[in-house]
Amino acid sequence: MTKLLSVNNLSVHFSTGSGMVKAVDHISYELNAGETLGIVGESGCGKSVSALSLLRLIPNPPGKIVNGEILFEGKDLLKAGKEEICDIRGNKIAMIFQEPMTSLNPVLSIGQQVREPLMVHRQMKKKQAAAEAVNALKKVHIPDSGKRVSDYPHQFSGGMRQRAMIAMGLTCAPKIIIADEPTTALDVTIQAQLLTLMKQLTLETGAALIIITHNLGIIARYADRVNVMYAGRIVEKASAADLYKHPKHPYTIGLMASVPKLDQDVKTRLQPIEGQPPDLADLPEGCAFHPRCRYRIEQCCAEAPQLRNISDEHEIACWVDVK
Amino acid sequence: MSNKENNNLLEVNGVSKFFPVHGGFIFKRKLGDIKAVDRVSFHIKRGETLGLVGESGCGKTTTGRLILNLEQATRGTIKFDGKDITHLRKKENQALKRQMQVIFQDPFGSLNPRMTVREIVGQPLIIHRMTTGKGEYLDKIDHLLEIVGLNPGMGDRYPHEFSGGQRQRVGIARAISLKPEFIVCDEPVSALDVSIQAQIINLLEELQEEFGLTYLFIAHDLAVVRHISDRIAVMYLGNIVEVASRADLYKYPKHPYTRGLLSAVPIPDPEVEAKREQFVIKGEVPSLMNPPEGCKFHPRCPRAIPICQERPPLLLEQGDAGHWAACHNI
Amino acid sequence: MNTKKRKHLNSTHKTRNGSNGVVFAILGHKMAFVGVVIIVSLLCMAVFAPFLAPHDPNDQDLYHVLEGPTWEHLLGTDDVGRDLLSRVIFGARISLIIGIVSTFLSALLGSMLGLISGYKGGMADMVIMRITDTFMCLPVMVMLLVIVAILGPGVENIIIAISVLTWTTFARIMRGQVLHVRELPYIEAAHADGASGWRIMFKNILPNAISPIIVAISITLGRHIMLESIATFLGLGVQPPTPTWGKALRVGYSYLEIVPLYSIAPGLMITLAVLGFNFLGDGLRDALDPRLRGEGKKI
Repeated sequence: MTKLLSVNNLSVHFSTGSGMVKAVDHISYELNAGETLGIVGESGCGKSVSALSLLRLIPNPPGKIVNGEILFEGKDLLKAGKEEICDIRGNKIAMIFQEPMTSLNPVLSIGQQVREPLMVHRQMKKKQAAAEAVNALKKVHIPDSGKRVSDYPHQFSGGMRQRAMIAMGLTCAPKIIIADEPTTALDVTIQAQLLTLMKQLTLETGAALIIITHNLGIIARYADRVNVMYAGRIVEKASAADLYKHPKHPYTIGLMASVPKLDQDVKTRLQPIEGQPPDLADLPEGCAFHPRCRYRIEQCCAEAPQLRNISDEHEIACWVDVK
Repeated sequence: MSNKENNNLLEVNGVSKFFPVHGGFIFKRKLGDIKAVDRVSFHIKRGETLGLVGESGCGKTTTGRLILNLEQATRGTIKFDGKDITHLRKKENQALKRQMQVIFQDPFGSLNPRMTVREIVGQPLIIHRMTTGKGEYLDKIDHLLEIVGLNPGMGDRYPHEFSGGQRQRVGIARAISLKPEFIVCDEPVSALDVSIQAQIINLLEELQEEFGLTYLFIAHDLAVVRHISDRIAVMYLGNIVEVASRADLYKYPKHPYTRGLLSAVPIPDPEVEAKREQFVIKGEVPSLMNPPEGCKFHPRCPRAIPICQERPPLLLEQGDAGHWAACHNI
Repeated sequence: MNTKKRKHLNSTHKTRNGSNGVVFAILGHKMAFVGVVIIVSLLCMAVFAPFLAPHDPNDQDLYHVLEGPTWEHLLGTDDVGRDLLSRVIFGARISLIIGIVSTFLSALLGSMLGLISGYKGGMADMVIMRITDTFMCLPVMVMLLVIVAILGPGVENIIIAISVLTWTTFARIMRGQVLHVRELPYIEAAHADGASGWRIMFKNILPNAISPIIVAISITLGRHIMLESIATFLGLGVQPPTPTWGKALRVGYSYLEIVPLYSIAPGLMITLAVLGFNFLGDGLRDALDPRLRGEGKKI
């Protein structure tokens, strides 16, 4: 497998009213062609910020990428010029946003929006791009795409809008597709349709897919490898199969035990992770998870653990070896 | 039958709720109805939890609002504790709130930002004159906050000072302040972080045991509903398509929609996922303004037969006792 | 559960309830503090006018007409030789009373009608809003003159006339706010509590809808001081020789080239008053919103 992307020591800070917030704190990961990477974590854990920074879409101010490098095709995206980045956005790395209702421009027809990236990045003529747009909509199973291409977003249902977003993301045959909480605004049945569709399309084109979500089930179904994030850091990195079978970080273990599962024996009490998610502006000393951790030892309160290998391709950031 | 009836705390019989849609530029005329809830019947026994699942727009929230009398039913009757509550006078309606409460979905929107937590939790006590003096009032609130796992010392704070999970605890304290028998939980955990959801679910279960509460648990997350409910009703476009005990529904779903819904929910275990049979429902939920003729699910149904387009199926008991499904082709 | 309780007990917290909190917040708010200082000084000026003014405001000195500042008359004299400084100081009395009372009445009337209209909806809304529209169509100046002409001149009548003509803005603002707030989930929660209509309107909706009214009040105040001056200028307001800022501003305008301070001094006072109320309004709006109060930090 060829390495597509490698993120090294990336840190993103936000300055807020209550001080400097480390939204993303020294994270490193790699992405190979054709694989699906899941980034899982709760709100405010930095999963979306880490993805946005790949395209340098962090609003500045208040946000700032303070450290690290993002190597894509041998080039550091953080050092790239404005034009280079614009050429990559929507072309080589595409982002599919959370809210299909607000991410589409209401006064442009679907067709106009889908063909835009083609005209910008592929220098296609309007006619050719329009034909390509119909094709793209067909690929995401929008019925009657020839006609619907001139519809406006409000004439589309939520699921169709999301599919149009996917079509937009995929028109330029990107190398990396980032799906940021692709399904939270959608219903279960539509969610299953869309993710399956996205996964299929990436398998066809050989692109890599990054799925950012808080839903452990979605990760299990679609991801090959997983990064678990907590308070701006990656706390566990493993292949999906390994992670679900042998979760090693106490946070991952806690998360797995706290969600009800469809195939589980019923009437067992859930085991929640006690306490509240931390306030990024006021993180505890040492490991950010230690106040909520059942396995904490003294060292956890003093020093933040770094990622370490515990077995092949399985890393955790924890001082303790949980059996 | 009479014996069974006594056991039912809530009975919903053929309840419908239509919202008229008006159009026209100068002269308003009625274009039609949105049939948010269409001839829905079910019952809830004392002390049990009925889960109500369905996708957005299926009418589950409206059903909850009808039961709470926050909305007037267009047709049908709702009986609570043997008494018809669909046409109540103001006084009776107020008295009903003492027995029936609600926990809302949005822990950020459902607490008044200008009231302290103490005022929010205490408001029902004042309205229903449940306390005799200031001291008792404050004690009661402190006690309620303690029950839901909050520090009573935080009573003077405002909602924005709390995290999502803590706010939902405040919402729960508010709901149990009148010692109701029955609580409608309208998506109480779907807005919360994953690690917090379990805390709230456990709290709801503890409260149920402690106070003998009866719940109507409305949610779209099937795994959560399955965890907390004794019986589950599945709604689609304003109709109940299947009702069964939790075990039956998940093991032997009869309605194709239920099967699709179950299959669409991923299980957090890649190995199980790989082995699961996928039962994908195609298409999207049609508009409530003009739903399909016959069975409303037939355009998306992989098992549709000709009769499905003509006649809506009735909710009938299928095989096992207590397992009801509305489908022509089981 | 135990660890959590312990954590909560450890967190220290100053109790601050309702009204105290608002007062503290205003004093902590720099602009609001300036506003308070300005308004309090103006009020003091009005109350202690007889002690502060160097002359009787109505004493005429026909030998010194339209003079510039001298040691005798610090701001100069007007067209009949009255001391301008004294007239500005005494003018605060009438101008502030008219401004404050008429704004208060107008806001009270408008907000109540807007609240009822927005909350009740239906017929009540129809009727109240049509009345509001009708009043909005009335040309304020003309109607002011008509009303004062009917009621007769005098401070009370000016106040009544101004209030009757200006409540519509408040009604509109309040109704818009109520329409928004009443759909929010926490109002639904109040319904589920079994709260009565009055309780929902005054305890639950009003505190969440009042901010724009407070801002509007601070803006309206200055306008009302000006309205008074127009009526007075046309001879229908406060009867001469009682000094008011508005009147001095208007009359002085004619002598702008000879004695600029004649109209500039009262003009500055009006500006100062408006500014003071504006600052206070801003501060009050922030102070009434618990989310914007200084200590609002997540636990």
